[in-house]
Amino acid sequence: MVGIRLKINGKNHQTDIDPSTPLLWYLREHADLVGTKYGCGIAQCGACTVHMNGNPVRSCVMPISAVAGAEITTIEGLSEKGDHPVQQAWNELDVPQCGYCQAGQMMTASALLKENKNPSDEEIENTMSAHICRCGTYHRIKEAVKLAGTKMNG
Amino acid sequence: MNNTNSRRDFLKTASLLTGGLVIGFNSINKAIAAEVIDPATIGHEFNSYLSIAPNGKVTIFSPNPEIGQGIKTAFPVIVAEELDVDLKNVDVQQANYLADKFDRQLTGGSGAIRHSWDRLRTAGATARELLKEAAANKLGVSISSLKTENGFVIGANGQKLSYGELVDAAAKLTAPKEVVLRDPKDYKQIGKWHAGVDNENLLVGKPLFGIDYKKEGMVNAQIQRPKAFGMKLKSFDAKEALKMPGIIEVVSFDNNVAIVGKTTWEIMQARKKVEIVYEKDGDLESTEDHNRIFKTHLDDPNNGSVMRKNGNPEAAFAAADKVIEREYQCPFLSHSPMEPMNFFAHVKDDGTVELAGPTQTPGKAVGSIAKLLDIPQEKISLELTKMGGGFGRRLDDGYALEAAKLSSLIKKPVKVIWTKEDDLTGGYYRPAVRYRFRAALKDGQITAYALKGVGMNTGNCTRQDNFPVGAIENVLIESVDYKSPITTGPWRAPITNFLAYAEQSFLDEVAENLGQDPVQMRLDLLDKAIKNPVGTITYEPERFKVAIEMAAEKSQWGKKKGVSQGFSVYFSHNSYVAQVAEIEKVDGKPTLTNVVAVTDCGIVINQSGARNQIFGAVVDGIGHAMYSNLSFKNGEPEQKNYDTYRLIRMNEIPNVEAYFVDNGKPPTGLGEPALPPTGGAIANAFAAATGKRLYSQPFNVEDTEVESYM
Repeated sequence: MVGIRLKINGKNHQTDIDPSTPLLWYLREHADLVGTKYGCGIAQCGACTVHMNGNPVRSCVMPISAVAGAEITTIEGLSEKGDHPVQQAWNELDVPQCGYCQAGQMMTASALLKENKNPSDEEIENTMSAHICRCGTYHRIKEAVKLAGTKMNG
Repeated sequence: MNNTNSRRDFLKTASLLTGGLVIGFNSINKAIAAEVIDPATIGHEFNSYLSIAPNGKVTIFSPNPEIGQGIKTAFPVIVAEELDVDLKNVDVQQANYLADKFDRQLTGGSGAIRHSWDRLRTAGATARELLKEAAANKLGVSISSLKTENGFVIGANGQKLSYGELVDAAAKLTAPKEVVLRDPKDYKQIGKWHAGVDNENLLVGKPLFGIDYKKEGMVNAQIQRPKAFGMKLKSFDAKEALKMPGIIEVVSFDNNVAIVGKTTWEIMQARKKVEIVYEKDGDLESTEDHNRIFKTHLDDPNNGSVMRKNGNPEAAFAAADKVIEREYQCPFLSHSPMEPMNFFAHVKDDGTVELAGPTQTPGKAVGSIAKLLDIPQEKISLELTKMGGGFGRRLDDGYALEAAKLSSLIKKPVKVIWTKEDDLTGGYYRPAVRYRFRAALKDGQITAYALKGVGMNTGNCTRQDNFPVGAIENVLIESVDYKSPITTGPWRAPITNFLAYAEQSFLDEVAENLGQDPVQMRLDLLDKAIKNPVGTITYEPERFKVAIEMAAEKSQWGKKKGVSQGFSVYFSHNSYVAQVAEIEKVDGKPTLTNVVAVTDCGIVINQSGARNQIFGAVVDGIGHAMYSNLSFKNGEPEQKNYDTYRLIRMNEIPNVEAYFVDNGKPPTGLGEPALPPTGGAIANAFAAATGKRLYSQPFNVEDTEVESYM
């Protein structure tokens, strides 16, 4: 079987598992990166969100064959020291309750802010509504997105 | 036993033997690595809750499992306050299940802080006093001349001794039988804003949850359970599944077919190939059947269990000027925490059992597994992982039992995970219920109040002592429990999560009929409960009144121009929450813009965590009242994942204002109390804005127009 080459958080990976395996399960059970979560498996909740070439994608429906060669960033690779403006804002505002959905939320938020440091309420809601938070931390997520935007350079 | 306490005991013993550097083992989840341990880092355990090492490191153990309600942070705040160390300098660890060290190591009923308030403060204060005594001995001064601050004992002449340098001496002293606890007015940390102790690890994706758990040699498994309630397993054929890559074996037990394999994805593919035959074992109910059952049972005059009767309700209804009667109905609901059910079990050849996973009831899980496997509880260890939500789902030990049973059958360490479809179709739901409320009105008063409820597997589906009972002369509360094959369980604020909406909506209509302001009507009834209570009162009317008055003040009740307001108030899990929901025109469209929530939960431990619970419970309450629905066809749930089972999202929430009553009373619960009043508040706001009343949930099924208000 021809292997698949993946680039995750700047590191090269090579695997010959079934190429239709979703990236989510490669990350969690082959690459030992469990920060990306399983919430629904059908791209309805956003818990599995990672960056593919900087864009947010739902890894639960992305076969590894489709992301071969792309730059994948997971929550573990969002920053070197856990100090990405989004991570800082999330901590300052104490956003998480159970915390399970938050990695996915942060990945979408960070991609949004890279495009637009100062999104409107409507833009934030439209983007972040792809995510479900069962604990209801939406108010703080919204504030944290704005706070993170103020911390972004450039 | 692989847990922090036995590691510590091992290290203590080992250091005595070698008299110097100690080789120890650091075991977290997976990798076992040897490390060299400096004895200065070995903590002395003052009690189950805290240990301090000679190098000054303070560790606080949080016994109750964390579901997102913030207990892992709040408990240490209390201990740190009395101990006089800054929480930021403390290492907080989740304690494993240790029955001989901790009492009530469960998470449910919003009871953790209320139950442990005294013992946590005592634990911190006792350690503090021992450290002071050690310092007094060392300095040759009286204890009363000493004070503590931020990890130091400070003498009258400015002498400063760190806790670390006092630990060895303190360890030899006898703990005082009684300690003086800090006066709340002197609190430095209780009541302040504390960020979650897990944030640092969580925000960078460290493995924290049960579903992240890994162990050397572990296999994975998923379980196919009966597709419909009322069905049982007849036979299965795994021939094709066993040929699939990564599949190790397929076994059955009870009504389950377990597919065991190397990876989750491989198992997901293989389980589709298992051919299973089920046979009928009970009624295969559809939602239409439930509707019919509710009507029949509500109308039957002889089937109610009387839960409370005061005075002569029949006579009062007969003599009434007007009788108001309304019915309210809710569907079954899934708990659906974001992290699906999962559990790790290893039933070993040596007769011990290693367990790990997310559970709200570790004691129950260990007890059930001990019974199932006929193994004494002392031989069973349970590591408590962080939980990606609970809402009551993880009070059940079923999924833990399954994992243990499977491990004993296949003789391997196994982690069972549920897919989200398994979760949504797997039962243990919030029960469907229908209520019939009646009020007798005479001469501008409520002379009688009656409630009959029919619940599916609810037991008592009423809360017969809840206000306004106690303020009305003639009362009749009846409950009917219908046994359905659809399994049910406690769901955040059990029973009251829907009963409160029905009751508060009904009282709103009563107020309207009487021409009374709904807030004033509550206050008048509470005055009656104070002056002339009818029968047993299980709430404190004065506290109720304070919460209501504060909500009215904060929301400028009745005074906001162009704003339709709905009021609701509830007492549950020992806390009082009053809410006002507001609808106003935004771009010409009536929109639910705001909810004001006033809470009396006594002393607030952690400002941040407390506010999180209020906001979260309000969002939870609105979302389920508005959108969430589990319907049935021949025993099978019709909604199997989030494409059809709807949960509220960010673009559907109003603003929330949270206030706390500052009364210095002992802390009560917060995980649940803010949810019950929410449905009533928004339904009453809808009524104020449109004149239309809502009688069933989800509201968007009864009236599609309400969708546009969000």
